[in-house]
Amino acid sequence: MLKLNQISKTFNPGTVNEKKALDGISLELADGDFVTIVGSNGAGKSTLFGAIAGSFYVDEGTVELDGRDITFEPEHIRSQSIGHLFQDPLKGTAPGMTIEENLAIAYLRQARSRFAFFSRITKKEREMFRQMLSRLGMGLEDRMKNPVGLLSGGQRQALTLLMATMVTPKLLLLDEHTAALDPGTAEKVLEITRDVVSERNITCLMVTHNMHQALSMGNRTLMMDGGHIVLDISGEEREHMTVNDLLERFSVSAGKALDNDRILTTRA
Amino acid sequence: MELLTSIFTIGTAQTAMELGCIYALVALALFLSFSILNIADLSTDGCFTLGCAVCCQVSLLGHPILGLFAAMLAGVLSGYITAFLQTKLGVASILAGIIVNTGLYTVNLAVMGFSSTLSIFKSDTIFSMAKGLLEPVIGSWYKLLLAALIVLLVGALLTLFLKTRLGLSIRATGDSPDMIKASSVNPAFTITIGLCISGSLTALSGAVLAQYQKSCDINLGTGMVTIALASLIIGETLVGKGGMFRRVLGAIIGSCLYRLFVAVALRLNVPAECMKLVSALIVAVAIASPALKKYVSFQKQKISRKGGAPC
Repeated sequence: MLKLNQISKTFNPGTVNEKKALDGISLELADGDFVTIVGSNGAGKSTLFGAIAGSFYVDEGTVELDGRDITFEPEHIRSQSIGHLFQDPLKGTAPGMTIEENLAIAYLRQARSRFAFFSRITKKEREMFRQMLSRLGMGLEDRMKNPVGLLSGGQRQALTLLMATMVTPKLLLLDEHTAALDPGTAEKVLEITRDVVSERNITCLMVTHNMHQALSMGNRTLMMDGGHIVLDISGEEREHMTVNDLLERFSVSAGKALDNDRILTTRA
Repeated sequence: MELLTSIFTIGTAQTAMELGCIYALVALALFLSFSILNIADLSTDGCFTLGCAVCCQVSLLGHPILGLFAAMLAGVLSGYITAFLQTKLGVASILAGIIVNTGLYTVNLAVMGFSSTLSIFKSDTIFSMAKGLLEPVIGSWYKLLLAALIVLLVGALLTLFLKTRLGLSIRATGDSPDMIKASSVNPAFTITIGLCISGSLTALSGAVLAQYQKSCDINLGTGMVTIALASLIIGETLVGKGGMFRRVLGAIIGSCLYRLFVAVALRLNVPAECMKLVSALIVAVAIASPALKKYVSFQKQKISRKGGAPC
């Protein structure tokens, strides 16, 4: 599915601010893998996502998706098969446009011909959007003509998730997508995430700072530090792991304690 | 009342509305580039003159209608260059417009045969063609009818276009660049399409004006961007924001109102050499009006909450 081969990225090379954010990372995901990622501040989690989504090109190494080399493919081409959600719930939607219009743009990804550009939203699509929205259980299906700017952060993030998955992506990147939401809403959005991902067997990478979440969701957990993957656990080993085990394993592998000002070791 | 009628005859209003409709096309162009795409495109002044000059030359050859389309094509090219500079060569959008505007001055002179004015008094124009057809029916109103028809047609097409997926993508590009990239649309592509359309509308406005006044002047476009912006904001303040249709209509109404203000100023015997200052004042007041409105309502609220009598 996804194959990263020795990728590296240095920001501001040759200046005092030089930072090697990714240092020869290799990673291979199988079809349908749901991988959680935890790590300290500046460990390179978001940079890793940027490298996969194409926000920048990596300095070294190759990125392969589904057997195709996408190392030098621009972001908007990759986004046909990669969904990317950010921590900021305002980032993935256009606030001045209606819910329906936002969905119509996201739905463009399934269009194969260029002529689709001149089509308008049909009745059939509107009905489909309504059904998709009603499954979020947020009452958004009755507000399709409202501008997205009027929605709450949680509603916007749920909508972004719907937009990223309405045309099933090959890979879904979730970058702490519930971190800016209140606990109740976060739980709701996580539930939707879990449903969508398992129902359509989407390969998924999720960054979280909630250690419980990291172990309870998905089938594999990575820990990152200083641009490296320092821990990669799955299967039986992961099933019996507690948060304390995880923290201990991290300090052994990274040679220091996990340091993240937002890390949650207790159940939120 | 008598004073009012002396300032404001039917004839003045008619001329103002004619000009308002013609210049409304620039307001629509700016609506697309400034309000929708969120790009301050300063190539408007040069692009307007370009449309005017191209249309004059084609009209001189005896093809006034073809002149409109030739002008639009020239506008598309101008918009394309502005877009190319900012999407491919990394020039800041405001600078890209200024660069193109500067270059266009020479281009416009060249189109006009290196003369600073060009007149087409003997040529047919769309207005002279409409005169033969419509004057027997509606008298002197034929000019206004034609100008209004053009701007309403363009406005309707623009509204329809903004509801297609390409139109939606262009709107999203200005609204949320992150979102559009995540939806597999190349923002460079949508910006280019948007600026090309915007350029064609600006040039069309210049072309219609060329045929309306049967002449072209190299400095015709000077200050056009401010005037169009004022029209846009007058429209937004009075007609309000809402659906695309409403906003397009707002731009057109705003442009007509601006011309009415100018007409009143002229009737009040403001000397011709002061007109630029008067225009600047109207523009400043129009642009400041949303903030002034807010200030007034805030003061009112303060007074009423303090329990004092509103004054």
